[in-house]
Amino acid sequence: MTDLIRYTAAETASAIAAGEVSAAEVAQAHLDRIDAVDKKVNAFLHVDTEGALKAARAVDEKRAKGEKLGPLAGVPLALKDVFTTEGVPTTCGSKILEGWIPPYDATLTSRLKDAGVVILGKTNMDEFAMGSSTENSAYGPTGNPWDLTRIPGGSGGGSAAALAAFEAPLAIGTDTGGSIRQPGAVTGTVGVKPTYGTVSRYGLVAFSSSLDQGGPCARTVLDAALLHEAIAGYDPLDSTSIDAPVPAVVEAAKLRDVRGMRIGVVKEFAGEGYQAGVMQRFNESVELLRELGAEVVEVSCPSFTLALPAYYLIAPSEASSNLARFDAMRYGLRVGDDGTRSAEEVTALTREAGFGDEVKRRIILGTYALSSGYYDAYYGSAQKVRTLISRDFDAAFAGVDVLISPTTPTTAFPIGERADDPMAMYLADLCTIPSNLAGNAAMSLPCGLAPEDDLPVGLQIIAPAMADDRLYRVGGAVEAALNDKWGHTLLEEAPAL
Amino acid sequence: MSVVSLVPYEDALASYDPVMGLEVHVELGTKTKMFCGCSTELGAEPNTQTCPTCLGLPGSLPVVNAIGVESAIKIGLALNCEIAEWCRFARKNYFYPDMPKNFQTSQYDEPIAFNGYLDVQLEDGETFRVEIERAHMEEDTGKSSHVGGATGRIHGATHSLLDYNRAGIPLIEIVTKPIEGAGARAPEVAKAYVAELRELIKALGVSEARMDKGQMRCDVNLSLRPNGTEKFGTRSETKNVNSLRSVERAARFEIQRHAAVLSDGGSIVQETRHFHEDNGTTTSGRIKDNAEDYRYFPEPDLVPIAPSREWVEELRAALPELPRVRRARLQAEWGLSDKDMQSVLNAGAVEPIQETIAAGAPADQARKWWMGELARRANETGTDLAEQPITPAQVARVCALVAEGKLNDKLARQVIEAVLAGEGEPDAVVEQRGLAVVSDDSALGAAVDQAIAENEAVAAKIRDGKVAAVGALVGAVMKATRGQADAARVKDLILEKLGVQA
Repeated sequence: MTDLIRYTAAETASAIAAGEVSAAEVAQAHLDRIDAVDKKVNAFLHVDTEGALKAARAVDEKRAKGEKLGPLAGVPLALKDVFTTEGVPTTCGSKILEGWIPPYDATLTSRLKDAGVVILGKTNMDEFAMGSSTENSAYGPTGNPWDLTRIPGGSGGGSAAALAAFEAPLAIGTDTGGSIRQPGAVTGTVGVKPTYGTVSRYGLVAFSSSLDQGGPCARTVLDAALLHEAIAGYDPLDSTSIDAPVPAVVEAAKLRDVRGMRIGVVKEFAGEGYQAGVMQRFNESVELLRELGAEVVEVSCPSFTLALPAYYLIAPSEASSNLARFDAMRYGLRVGDDGTRSAEEVTALTREAGFGDEVKRRIILGTYALSSGYYDAYYGSAQKVRTLISRDFDAAFAGVDVLISPTTPTTAFPIGERADDPMAMYLADLCTIPSNLAGNAAMSLPCGLAPEDDLPVGLQIIAPAMADDRLYRVGGAVEAALNDKWGHTLLEEAPAL
Repeated sequence: MSVVSLVPYEDALASYDPVMGLEVHVELGTKTKMFCGCSTELGAEPNTQTCPTCLGLPGSLPVVNAIGVESAIKIGLALNCEIAEWCRFARKNYFYPDMPKNFQTSQYDEPIAFNGYLDVQLEDGETFRVEIERAHMEEDTGKSSHVGGATGRIHGATHSLLDYNRAGIPLIEIVTKPIEGAGARAPEVAKAYVAELRELIKALGVSEARMDKGQMRCDVNLSLRPNGTEKFGTRSETKNVNSLRSVERAARFEIQRHAAVLSDGGSIVQETRHFHEDNGTTTSGRIKDNAEDYRYFPEPDLVPIAPSREWVEELRAALPELPRVRRARLQAEWGLSDKDMQSVLNAGAVEPIQETIAAGAPADQARKWWMGELARRANETGTDLAEQPITPAQVARVCALVAEGKLNDKLARQVIEAVLAGEGEPDAVVEQRGLAVVSDDSALGAAVDQAIAENEAVAAKIRDGKVAAVGALVGAVMKATRGQADAARVKDLILEKLGVQA
């Protein structure tokens, strides 16, 4: 039965559809795995045993009645604790939302339920998705299954770790500056940030509204594509949702052919700060793509060097406003309400106690950046940089189909190493942030282990907005070629927990 | 509360020139809220018309109410504004318990409508142009009720209750440019502007604009500058003034208060003030130094609004007749002088007269009743003309009875009084009170004979050719018949009997 946890999502779904295994058995196998390893990994903040088994049994009943099952029916999934789930706690990794039970499902949550996906529980994350290591969770850090003393990336470290620890074959993340891709890179899993506006944000607790995007996390490119198709699509409840057909990502993932594609290597993403082993595996991937018949050229995007500072003005600015609602009036934590204090005092005490340091740092930063007299210099300039970055992408995509780079400059660093150095921490998102600012699509997939530390390295693929299928076409081809070369998937090299 | 000193109004104006800015918030009458599908119906149980979005629950998102945008454009067009080709919502960030997100979704430097004007008519018929700075869309806040204090205000309260039913109701904020040059008439201009705006909003059908229900609220910003100077003085902002009369009183009070402070060598504190309906005064609210910073930025959860020119022109073409135009048309139709029309306006008689005419009465008759008998009664009882317990249809019926000769003027007056007293429809009153005009010659003949017999001297004068003296005999007959006789017929009969040609 332990095999069940090593199935891909596609395999699991077809085994359930064929009646080889029941969805309930699959769910139970994963719940058992969580029970066995999650004390060490701490990928989950909340395991919904009852809800998962109920959803699984519903799939089994549907099958028993002869009803047609969707392509992911009965497949377990780990949901980042930033999406609302009716009746199931949603904390965003923050004390300020401790005990809050949302009265409604996020659009993404309902889509998963409608697809028969079995939600196992809610995964750990940096508080309000602010961080690159999951150390900023108010509920303790998550360990990287490759080395539990190292970070699993962030903010979606819980979702990536759950995949790498075989606690779930599918997971959901959100990517504001790299929170899906960077954890994917450092855990040897696949993570995709879809085009902004293609996955509904309704019910995604906002960090930075203009950058946040939910997306699929999986152990294979095809599984990610299946999940992508299940969650993407127009939602009238999200005004920034794009009313257009979702690109055919599943078809693209199965193509495994990059012949004739033009691929650009981003010149700016190399050099100082990039780990040698990361560059080595990246350069091998470039060669591999050439061997597979793609034309690889070097592309310069000079504005990308401004992406990090622009991001750290825009994201905190929006966050300072988005997080203002946590005032102890209607839900969540309330501190100091002893009958003598005013509403203002209770709000202040609650926010003081309920938010962690990084969240406070960004609220202060954002409040400052939006202040009158500073707005133009900070928020205004950052928005101009955003435009420049989009233009760089447009110019690049005029000549190539996709861009590639390392996902993150280094492999997983030890827990605690950068905790007191926010600037060092922010550098983890150097290569991923431009896509958030431009709103296009990007994927990270494993491309080997860095020789010096035997830890996973991620290859980032970036495609123009609404051309998400290209990610899967390139990613699927690279994955197949590497698995052929290795004779197995990368995760099979991960140590047993 | 410290004692506020005032200077007499005339003295204030002798030294100072008032400059006003009026900010009016109008709650739109849309069925649903500005950014979610919740009902806007007033009077529901607290917190029953809420959802994740208007409660600002984590993860919720706004979706713009298209009717709200359409209403804003209509208001902008009616105020002669330019309509933005592209505009955005912005977040106005500040903490307040009745604001679920702790930011208000509003518009900042990109309002949907800007740069317009509204011509208002003052009581003497003079027209004053009020320039409009902008009209923008935003959402209302929830409502706090402060419990345990004496005044219902937050000071002294033990706790507060929050009702979010109002949170998210669409608001249009209409801001004037500084209103200069009104001089002593500033309070009157303020009142006339709000009155005209209210009529306009009602005519557009975008809101009932009931000030008593908070559907329309006015902030009166006022400053004084020494006569003959240009630079604006420091202003006070009197918030939520909720009747036409209060708008006028608040402006008047602030002029007197400012003048007292300034002429005493003091300076005005920039602050919000509360207006008190009971005694017509204002008291200090919150100090508004310039440090208050709303950290506006474009709302990232909403996409820009770019009303197509075709749509704007369609809306412009479909605008209803605006109050000013309508009044001019009615004046012409009713054949009134400017002065008479102004009296009609001041009495609030336009609608009742119009409806009475629509019910079939001639214009002069309709006006005669509403501006005469009924206006007097409204005045005596201190009530609105439109609220009198008689309908335009009933007035029209009385006019018809007069036209048919079934009632004369005196009887008609009695019928109106009876209707006002709740005795029922005009026809029923005529029947019950037996008020029909008597024009039957045989019934009148005896009365005429008696009048001639009792007034021989007068009769002799008439026989001698002094026909004008007939009035005295008619009067005698009318008295004898308790006013029910047809006076014209009585006159004919008298002359006939005396053998005189009329």
